[in-house]
Amino acid sequence: MTSYHLDHLQYLETEAIHVMREVAGEFERPALLFSGGKDSICLLRLAEKAFRPSELPLPLLNVDTGHHFPELNTFRDARAKELGAKLIVRRVEDAIASGIATPAPGEVSRNRLQIPTLLAAIEEFRFDCCIGGARRDEEKARAKERFFSFRDSFGQWDPKNQRPEIWNLYNGRLNPGENMRAFPLSNWTEQDVWEYIRREELAVPSIYFSHRRSCVRRHGQWLPVNDIVPPKPKEEVRDLVVRVRTIGDIISTGLVESPAETVDDIILEIAAARVTERGSRADDKSSEAAMEDRKKAGYF
Amino acid sequence: MSASPFPISDLRTPISAAQSATLPVDILRFNTCGSVDDGKSTLIGRLLYDSKSLMEDQLEALERSADITGGGQVNLANLTDGLRAEREQGITIDVAYRYFATPRRKFIIADTPGHIQYTRNMVTGASAANLSIVLVDARQGVIEQSRRHTCLASLLRIPHLVVAVNKMDLVGWSEERFNEIRAQFEEFLPRLDIKDVKFIPISALQGDNVVDASAHTPWYAGPTLLHHLETVHIGSDWNLNGFRLPVQWVNRPNNPTDPKLHDFRGFSGQIAGGIVRQGQKVMVLPGGQITTVKEIWTYDGPVAEAFCPQSVTLQLDSDVDVSRGNMIIGQSHLPGSSSELLANVCWMHQKPLTPGKKYWLKHTTNSVQAAVIAINHRLDISTLEPQPTPPELALNDIGEIRLRTASPLFFDGYETNRLTGSFILIEQGTHATVAAGMLLPPREVVRADADDFVI
Repeated sequence: MTSYHLDHLQYLETEAIHVMREVAGEFERPALLFSGGKDSICLLRLAEKAFRPSELPLPLLNVDTGHHFPELNTFRDARAKELGAKLIVRRVEDAIASGIATPAPGEVSRNRLQIPTLLAAIEEFRFDCCIGGARRDEEKARAKERFFSFRDSFGQWDPKNQRPEIWNLYNGRLNPGENMRAFPLSNWTEQDVWEYIRREELAVPSIYFSHRRSCVRRHGQWLPVNDIVPPKPKEEVRDLVVRVRTIGDIISTGLVESPAETVDDIILEIAAARVTERGSRADDKSSEAAMEDRKKAGYF
Repeated sequence: MSASPFPISDLRTPISAAQSATLPVDILRFNTCGSVDDGKSTLIGRLLYDSKSLMEDQLEALERSADITGGGQVNLANLTDGLRAEREQGITIDVAYRYFATPRRKFIIADTPGHIQYTRNMVTGASAANLSIVLVDARQGVIEQSRRHTCLASLLRIPHLVVAVNKMDLVGWSEERFNEIRAQFEEFLPRLDIKDVKFIPISALQGDNVVDASAHTPWYAGPTLLHHLETVHIGSDWNLNGFRLPVQWVNRPNNPTDPKLHDFRGFSGQIAGGIVRQGQKVMVLPGGQITTVKEIWTYDGPVAEAFCPQSVTLQLDSDVDVSRGNMIIGQSHLPGSSSELLANVCWMHQKPLTPGKKYWLKHTTNSVQAAVIAINHRLDISTLEPQPTPPELALNDIGEIRLRTASPLFFDGYETNRLTGSFILIEQGTHATVAAGMLLPPREVVRADADDFVI
């Protein structure tokens, strides 16, 4: 290899920085969706690389379902403060109270209710583009997602009518009311994300590492014992050494038994993994087309 | 249920992937394009499976759907056909991207369907590819589609081509048949512009010469498909000759606390060609001002030089007016400059192109209005022969057009630089992306008037 050659992380990095700067160049009011999860942690570092030494030219936005792991929100707030970034949090609870989001009878999960909450935040701040950390390797519907994903005035994704994306030329043109989602990590895999976290020495929430936790067996996976959906008398509860592989709500995130205490351990564990990352998310299992349906309705 | 060629119990011990987790490797992007019957899905499945990139939950889901709907046959197309309409109608709507890795390389596959909107999908999937795989059914030999695929790869200047002669098991592993097909290709290859072509006899279903060398082809001395993908030299696929930095974003800190940043004025972008060094002379287009690179700023500290396709922020010596859409270039290999353009375009929209219409043209980071003056000809995609002037270009047509832009473009011929030689056309009003364009080489280059800009 000559010295004029990029390794895989450098290639993915320059591609992602290019996407970020195109967003800054083409949109009036962009925002960056930051949850505190591993993918959006990488997004923030890429934003620093794209825009420093200037301030980040876009605020951070998070939709808080009220069912987040507390560790995640603590991390989110601390990281935003450290970067001097503006963090906007919009809560599903508030959206329910104001009538923006309406739970179905008996609906406990806040997953679906994130959608109207997010769309209301987009409207409130007149965001024309939201940068998200979705990756194509996560899920079949996402494998067909564009870097610049067009959403109509209802926030909907139409998979049959996507703008073709050729070379690195992104079409960011919108009519009033329409908006865009941009996914700089489109070509990253779970392993790339962790390798980047290692190379950049990025901090991540503690729940990604092995810890002891009280778990309840539900729908074929171990979920954290929580107050929202407490264990029923017949359910098996155990103290296990676990970690999260992907973070959703506390009521739906499957925990994997793992001794991984460092980023190196996690990288080796993923390399040897025999199930996919989303295999531990109950929200994706509800039907074969669960993700597709949520994306069509405006999910990121 | 018939025996799956991809049994869960045989999933490989993932030692290779664990090794790759610790080494920096590079990325090869390739595309496969073909119809359901030529074994494309099986080949992708084989590559994913044998490189341990298929997971148990994915295989279980495949086997479940095989039992329910597939009459017991595992259908690997279900791995990528993720949308409901696709599963219901048994078709692939769009380009799907797949990822796998070996200790030597990471791979991005653009999997493009063959039956509908073939050209549009292949152009989308292949535009960024280093390599293209043409699958040929050994029983059928070279068919119309093989020619179309090869011609498109040539037109898109994909540097490397692999002709995978599949289903060799069904022709008795015949060397003679393999050579016949090779000869069929070599008849029309000289008319095309492909630098590197490799022919490999395989059976995607049984795995012969895909990952492991086949015992059935003692007459074949070349590499397996995966070995070739892992080792093909892609270091020179980027243009490192003429420096080009299309400016994406002007970087001016608002209220810097660090006094050193008070006068910081950087021009951020991804280098689209060549190499830039601190202290070198550069020209800013369209103004033509000449100045010197004061600093190549990056988040990880200043660097002495940077190259395509790195993302950097340049600080220049003199206070030049630079904004998004401008281009900073080096002293050699100057780009063309013109508002009269000739290009091959692939038409990607239901509404056909008719001369006279105005579009937005996006070239690098620069958007200008453009009017289509004339359609010079349409290309026969199976031969790349020009056909007589058509009244319009319809969806999936490729043809040469003449454009006039509202202000001059600074560009290279697509054949010398894919990044500065390409553009898209956007319909005004709907904002639909309607065409992908590849510019023909410029007739005149930028004039360097100032004396100190030595060419």
